[in-house]
Amino acid sequence: MGKKLKITINGEAVEIVKGTSILEAARQAGIIIPTLCYHKDLCVSGNCRVCVVELAGQKRLSPACATPCEEGMEVLTNSYKVRNSRKHIIELLLSEHNAECTSCYKNGNCELQSLASEYKIMNQDFIHLVPFHNYTIDMFSPSIIKDDSKCIRCQRCVRTCAELQGVNALTMAYKGEHAKITTFFEKAMNDVVCTNCGQCINHCPTGALVEKNYIEEVWTAIADKNKHVVIQTAPAVRVGLGEEMGLDPGTRVTGKMVASLKRLGFDAVMDTDFTADLTIMEEGTELLTRLKQALVDKDPNVKLPMATSCSPGWIKFIEHMYPEYLGHLSTCKSPQQMFGALVKTYYAKARNLDPDKIVSVSVMPCTAKKFEAARPEMHDSGYRDVDYVLTTRELAIMIKQAGIDFMRLEDAHFDRLMGESTGAAVIFGSTGGVMEAALRTAYELVTGREVPFENLNITAVRGIEGIREASIKIENPLKEWSFLEGVQLKCAVAHGLVNAKSVMDSIVSGAADYHFIEFMACPGGCLGGGGQPIPTNPEIRAKRAAAIYAEDSGMPLRKSHENPEVAKIYKDFLFSPLGEKSHKLLHTKYTARKRR
Amino acid sequence: MSTSYQLKRADFIFKNENDWEEVLSKSISRPAHELINELISSELKGRGGAGFPTGLKWKVSAEDTSDVKYVICNADEGEPGTFKDREILSMVPFKVLTAIAICGYVTGAKEGYIYLRGEYHFLKPELNKAIKEFEYYCKEIKFDFSIKIFMGSGAYICGEETALFESMEGKRGEPRNKPPYPTTFGYMGKPTVINNVETLAHTYTIFKYGSKRFYDLGVQYSRGSKLFSVSGDTPKPGIYELELGMSLADFVEEFGDDDTKAVQVGGASGFLVPRKRFAETNIGFQGKLVGISLPTGGSMMLFNSSRSMFNVLDNYLNFFAEESCGQCTPCRVGCQQLLRGIKAVKRGEKNAQYLDKMLQLAETMQYTAKCGLGQSVANSFSSIVENFREEMIY
Repeated sequence: MGKKLKITINGEAVEIVKGTSILEAARQAGIIIPTLCYHKDLCVSGNCRVCVVELAGQKRLSPACATPCEEGMEVLTNSYKVRNSRKHIIELLLSEHNAECTSCYKNGNCELQSLASEYKIMNQDFIHLVPFHNYTIDMFSPSIIKDDSKCIRCQRCVRTCAELQGVNALTMAYKGEHAKITTFFEKAMNDVVCTNCGQCINHCPTGALVEKNYIEEVWTAIADKNKHVVIQTAPAVRVGLGEEMGLDPGTRVTGKMVASLKRLGFDAVMDTDFTADLTIMEEGTELLTRLKQALVDKDPNVKLPMATSCSPGWIKFIEHMYPEYLGHLSTCKSPQQMFGALVKTYYAKARNLDPDKIVSVSVMPCTAKKFEAARPEMHDSGYRDVDYVLTTRELAIMIKQAGIDFMRLEDAHFDRLMGESTGAAVIFGSTGGVMEAALRTAYELVTGREVPFENLNITAVRGIEGIREASIKIENPLKEWSFLEGVQLKCAVAHGLVNAKSVMDSIVSGAADYHFIEFMACPGGCLGGGGQPIPTNPEIRAKRAAAIYAEDSGMPLRKSHENPEVAKIYKDFLFSPLGEKSHKLLHTKYTARKRR
Repeated sequence: MSTSYQLKRADFIFKNENDWEEVLSKSISRPAHELINELISSELKGRGGAGFPTGLKWKVSAEDTSDVKYVICNADEGEPGTFKDREILSMVPFKVLTAIAICGYVTGAKEGYIYLRGEYHFLKPELNKAIKEFEYYCKEIKFDFSIKIFMGSGAYICGEETALFESMEGKRGEPRNKPPYPTTFGYMGKPTVINNVETLAHTYTIFKYGSKRFYDLGVQYSRGSKLFSVSGDTPKPGIYELELGMSLADFVEEFGDDDTKAVQVGGASGFLVPRKRFAETNIGFQGKLVGISLPTGGSMMLFNSSRSMFNVLDNYLNFFAEESCGQCTPCRVGCQQLLRGIKAVKRGEKNAQYLDKMLQLAETMQYTAKCGLGQSVANSFSSIVENFREEMIY
């Protein structure tokens, strides 16, 4: 604990630790100071000036977010001067903002709108500045819509893209009245290094950055009697959706989610968890194969460490930034795309449906999944494998539009064939989850015994640190895996692309000697994905993670290879992991891209 | 206003006795604290316009225990109407180089930089030649110090010290939050003394002659002499070194064209003083002087009765709307509102009362903007609108 300081806020004595900002001190004392450019995930910028406070003896006001407390400070957060100034600043922001609230996608979930409402900005005297600027809306990306007319230059997106993701696709350009947030040479978002991760959307306080939504397309498909509409749900959606329904972060709503999807009119509601388990079978086998090639065959061309390929934001990142390392990626498609390829083949055959009439929808915590589904190679079923990708937020909108009283729904179960899941699949939604699931299965496959951790919880790979490492020593393996005797399997987990970058750099420099690495583009993994409910921050993500692990430990099956539907598909359709059919439907190739 | 009054001219800055080698070697043979005390007792305040006591700045940086420190000479002279630093760097560059090195000796910095305004690119070859000669001498007397030129790229905001650091670090030139201040967390996060060109030139005078010679010039709170860049409606535009503390009336007497309507003191970010206030206005730093004291970076623009103050203000606001870095709300949006607002009033699209709303906005900008740029827009805006309201409307 640091040194204690005494200050007063609005006359009340407050004791805080040295180094605390005025904003934080006030929050600890139960006093709320409004903010806009401030975000708990990001460095302090102090540029919006909404949080200004008055300090005794000073003529100028100080930004509460960027001013550290000093002994004896007398802070006023609601003086006449502060209120007037704050109101002016909100008025100024509104004057440069295209406040078409009723037709805005973020209507009802906009920080600027809330502030305007709080401060009752009724008479907007200032000149409306939007018509003086030649704004455009960038709709070229399959994932993200960027509308500069709604931007208030808080630079949260810029800091997100740089600090959390290390991508720097978005940057501030020009100065003064022409200052704007844009891309390299003002190219469209689909034409730059953007990974479509959507973290900028999650951190944007207005409607300047939103997901490209496919709500109407999905409604249309549901209404079409000739179509068989199938939906798959990603693991992280079930721990996020509740927030959109007014529940506390960390509330699990799996059963109610399934029930609401059935009410919306989907013909089948199945689970991406099924293909997550399938991914473990394929990816685990792939890892063991690579290890054998390296250790037994001494094949110099085998690429280790092997990296996971579930996160489409990460995939686009490595394609841009480290194209010469694409060989390290597992060739497994993501669970979403495996599911898509199977829906129009395996499922269609089993249900005797014409795949041409199947509309394959997914609900994902992710905006990059929209891009992934649109990749030209994702047509292995002979059709587009996944037709529409909805985010958790879009699903919430549909549920509300349908007038469903979410809380009164009886829990329902996923439909069979591709609806069974294990705890190992659920934890795909959290950073470290894919690694843990893979270890549970691979270790058992190799040794015939369960992983030597209490309750199968491999806590070393859980947590919030940006990069985590773990190693498992393999002892007494089964005969066919005897070459692994005594091998220390070294693993790493990275989430947030800025951390992925530093792991990749250590691979490039030769410093890293891992065998297997899990990469997730978003902070916290999928549960912190760019399609998840807004707001996001470390506490909310921690609660969602706790919910994921609670869901896992409550499942009767905790290991991917125990999923009976997985066993069935190998028996009836795929025959073996990495087999011919798997190869055609479940594996993919990657594309080297340029950095600009 | 007496016609017999003579402005107190001084002649230190441009007097070139070519004795920099002597001043340097003598200064660095004295203990650092003695040099700091010399500066403190001279009461020299920063000549860029903000007026921070120079001795104190050096002292804080000297007391920091960091092993890497920097000295930066701010030559990003961008304030409209000021052109003195350019003259100093072309006429007496060795004085500035010497002062940078002495500051390095005092604070413990081994590297000095001159952040040269982009438009002053033509000064670079001569300045580099001088630096080469200067460094050669340093080597000769075994004084380890190097000076480099860093070229600005034309943004006004980069004259703001923290935006200048960002620019030097290869980032977008945007002011930082303060605290921390440059003396402890400056260029590359290291303790940095950043001084205006003229300030450094004055320290040369002080180290050469002693603090008393400097202190004896000027008036209380505003000691020493200062360079003034005189422009506008004047028969004798140019650069003049004058003692601080003069009344604006005396200044106009000397430099006016007998028809001076107003004087803009301190450039676009300074104040406009109308004729009726010439007598009560003194040029110097705020203190307990009688009347109004106006600090200045040295820009003095005279306007006669042929000038429209609306056009003058329109010009300033165009400048600010363009040169704001665009980072903070009050400055980025406020400047656009003021600019478009006065046009709207002039055209009759907004009524005259809208000027009052804008005066309040200007006050908010002064209270809330992140850096000196946004904070000082209100200076010219309010002083012009309040004194020439009718010219804004009709």
